[in-house]
Amino acid sequence: MTQITFIEPSGNEVTLDIKDGWSLMQGATSGGVDGIVAECGGSCACATCHCYVDEARLAELPAPGDAELAMLENVAAERRPNSRLSCQLKAMPSLVGLRVALPDTQE
Amino acid sequence: MAGGIVIVGAGQAGVQAAEALRSGGFEGAITLLGDEPHGPYHRPPLSKAWLAGEIDAAQLMMRAPEMLARKRIDLRTGVHVQAIDRTSKSLRLADGSALPYDGLVLATGSTPRTLTLPGHDAPNVLALRSRDDASAISAGLQACIASGQPVVVIGGGFIGLEVAATARKKGAAVSVLEAAPRLLGRVLAPTLSDWVAAVHRSHDVQLELGITIESIGIDAGGRAVAVQAADGRRFAAGLVVVGIGVTANDQLARAVGLECDRGIVVDDCARTADPAIVAAGDCTARRLTDGTLLRLESVNNATEQGKSAAAALLGQARPFAGTPWFWSDQYDKKLQMAGLSTGAQSWAVRGAMAAGSFSVWHYRDGRLIAVDAVSHARDHLLSRKLLDAGITPTPEQVQDAGFDLVGLMNR
Repeated sequence: MTQITFIEPSGNEVTLDIKDGWSLMQGATSGGVDGIVAECGGSCACATCHCYVDEARLAELPAPGDAELAMLENVAAERRPNSRLSCQLKAMPSLVGLRVALPDTQE
Repeated sequence: MAGGIVIVGAGQAGVQAAEALRSGGFEGAITLLGDEPHGPYHRPPLSKAWLAGEIDAAQLMMRAPEMLARKRIDLRTGVHVQAIDRTSKSLRLADGSALPYDGLVLATGSTPRTLTLPGHDAPNVLALRSRDDASAISAGLQACIASGQPVVVIGGGFIGLEVAATARKKGAAVSVLEAAPRLLGRVLAPTLSDWVAAVHRSHDVQLELGITIESIGIDAGGRAVAVQAADGRRFAAGLVVVGIGVTANDQLARAVGLECDRGIVVDDCARTADPAIVAAGDCTARRLTDGTLLRLESVNNATEQGKSAAAALLGQARPFAGTPWFWSDQYDKKLQMAGLSTGAQSWAVRGAMAAGSFSVWHYRDGRLIAVDAVSHARDHLLSRKLLDAGITPTPEQVQDAGFDLVGLMNR
């Protein structure tokens, strides 16, 4: 279990213990976090699970693959240097305490 | 509004409609009826990660119950709707009760076609639609792997090919039997059909095209043990997965006189002829401006029509937006398709097919109509933008890997 804090579009913060190996999208949606649509169910095909990760910890995350980079060009909200797709980020102990903000819009 | 809005079907289209109603400012009651015992879940992983046993039910969940509750979406599972009464604006449920509505969204999905051959109803002849279907196939797959029995997939469509890929990944011997002379012949260019076939064969799938199935052979206990072809060949099977398409669940609408033609006929804003009833997703057939009907079975269609259906009940016209898109994951390959390739006359390939990352561009009457990208998300997304904008790159531009197709967008 890795503790991750999600900041919903309203500013409301939700801290969840996510099983290691689960994607942050899976953890957030099953945990009732608002702000993720995840149309494609985690297939890296829709860009509706866009999130902004804590910039200070960006370098700790595995780098995005080609498919994620391409899909990030298609996000509905502003793309920023710390934009990621939450379906491509897996919970793991090194990410404990990571703060992940969700954009105002996904579609 | 006393009855509020009732949504029949808690899948992709139904959930999308419910959430779009709330985000669109609807404050009344929203009731989301699902006939399965489970709350909303993602269907795409069913033929992949779920079938492989790699994810659990919580990971498959589309929305947590508390999320729906926060949005005041009243989810009721295990509810079967028997009939619509358009006069009293109410539904009759299987338990005999009536449920009034002011607005009704039909998002009833589709049902897999079944074989009508001898032996088709054996307990290990299965189709994939629901989570429970996929769980049953997963159990059958495990049993095949444990006993060394092969899996036979009837139908070389997306579902069948995804099941075949997952079964191979898990170590089962797999045959795919397809009646047509090539795979996915209605959607893919011939060159891509051949490429997909080669991928499956390279993963040791026994792929038989142009084959006619005569019967399912059963043992004394009634279980399927083989698939018998008309040409005399016999394919031993511990599990038979049937993926030969779906039919729209349009019975409720048909029974009350709403136009149905292989689906509930809706306009581009998901409206039926009854202003209180809209429909979205797999259960629909969309009337295009030229009068023809378009049936799409996809996540993209379900979400787009779900949004249109919600808007229609709020008095707004929201036409289906953008080029339709689809995807399929097989082995480590991602096939992403944009547009409708029906009637394509010529094709151009961008990138190296041998390297496994390329795209096939479909042309009809000199215009770009569809693009299939293999493990090339950039080409896929770019093609959606070009198709949305009605821009046709020449086949020469497409084939020239050095040509900047993105630049066409900015002219």
